[in-house]
Amino acid sequence: MWWQWVLFLAMGAMIVASFLTPAPQQQIGESSRIFYYHIPQAWLAVVAFATSMIYSIRYLRTRQLHLDDRGAIANALGLLFAILATVTGAIFAKVTWGTYWNWDPRQTSIFVLLLIYGAYFSLRGAVADEERRAAMSAVYSIFAFPPAVFLIFVFPRLTPSLHPSDTVLDENLKFSMTTDVASILFGSLVLFTVLYIWIFNLAARVYKLEAVRREDE
Amino acid sequence: MPANSAGLVAKTFAVYAKDIRIEFRNRYATSVVLMFAVTTLAMISFSVGQASLDPQLLAALFWIALFFSAMAGLSAVFVREEESGTALTLRLKADPTAVFLGKLLFNFTLLALVTIVLTPLFFVMTDASTGQIWAFILVLLLGVIGLCSATTLIGAIIARAAFRGALFSVLSFPILIILLLMLVTATTRALAEQPIGEMLMELQGLVAYAVVMLTGSLLLFRFVWRE
Repeated sequence: MWWQWVLFLAMGAMIVASFLTPAPQQQIGESSRIFYYHIPQAWLAVVAFATSMIYSIRYLRTRQLHLDDRGAIANALGLLFAILATVTGAIFAKVTWGTYWNWDPRQTSIFVLLLIYGAYFSLRGAVADEERRAAMSAVYSIFAFPPAVFLIFVFPRLTPSLHPSDTVLDENLKFSMTTDVASILFGSLVLFTVLYIWIFNLAARVYKLEAVRREDE
Repeated sequence: MPANSAGLVAKTFAVYAKDIRIEFRNRYATSVVLMFAVTTLAMISFSVGQASLDPQLLAALFWIALFFSAMAGLSAVFVREEESGTALTLRLKADPTAVFLGKLLFNFTLLALVTIVLTPLFFVMTDASTGQIWAFILVLLLGVIGLCSATTLIGAIIARAAFRGALFSVLSFPILIILLLMLVTATTRALAEQPIGEMLMELQGLVAYAVVMLTGSLLLFRFVWRE
């Protein structure tokens, strides 16, 4: 279990560094530190939804229920990270734009993502039979993925947005990442991804044990 | 796909003809969807009153009325099979692709009928100017195709689940929001009499949306149907 300790120490160091180094964006100031957390959250939401789609395809090919469990876990984690990204985004919006919510294209797209994957869990709740639930939710997860990809990657770039990826990071505003900022952000992305994989594996084990217990009863 | 393409067309039309015939016996889906559309439209017109609306608001109201009408009836074609207990026979007898395409055609017919009734009523009730009429009709056609291509598979999914009515909208709307946005933008431009070149991006988007959703549905339908 050595690597969990490494992760623990590295995350601690990353968090300390994210608060002690100069703020990443001088015009916005101290509040721009949220960007070390907001970006990994959004990234992991995308990773999780993609993971779920891959497990859904594998489930439909092989019909092994543990693959469906994993698809559901990935979507639950994706939903969690999407909610975190929405909340951190809204806080940052309050500081920089003056309101928590103004239906900026980014906010619209993440809100629709929350609806899609919330609907996924409504569907799971509405089908009692285990195998049917697995097949139906796998189909929905795959079917909803192209619209989700469009919402994440295409839609925010079609409409003018105030989101920092379009404004603050724009070269015209002369914001380029310093080495310090880039390395903390990169470290944060890697560490949060490792954390995600850990949570994912833990949850998969819990599901597996529950399945074993159900068989024993 | 085992059937050759000529066989598939014939089978698709067999499923389609069967559904049309069943629909003619009680006209359940048609009457519900039509009444729903007219009621929604009346509610909109009534609550808007005499206020004159700009093209964007008109386009939004029009599509919301049509989307909700679609939500009221497009799942009927699958739910009916489950409720009357005929799904199993159809599953044994027919090729899944033909079943899907037949149901898709049925939904298209139903929604096209609703659109044909709703659109003139909408212009009469809101006193809107028709703008670029051909561009408007093109957008309508693409919208109806997009709506059907995305919701037919969802209809098949919810037919196998509990809480069907509510679940159909919950599952469909998030997927349809992109379509709604493109349709409202394109319709606004048509109503505001902007040249058709202005809405080229939306038209391409609408076609791409329908193609992606249809491909996805065709690939995934057999997993829903055979389950």
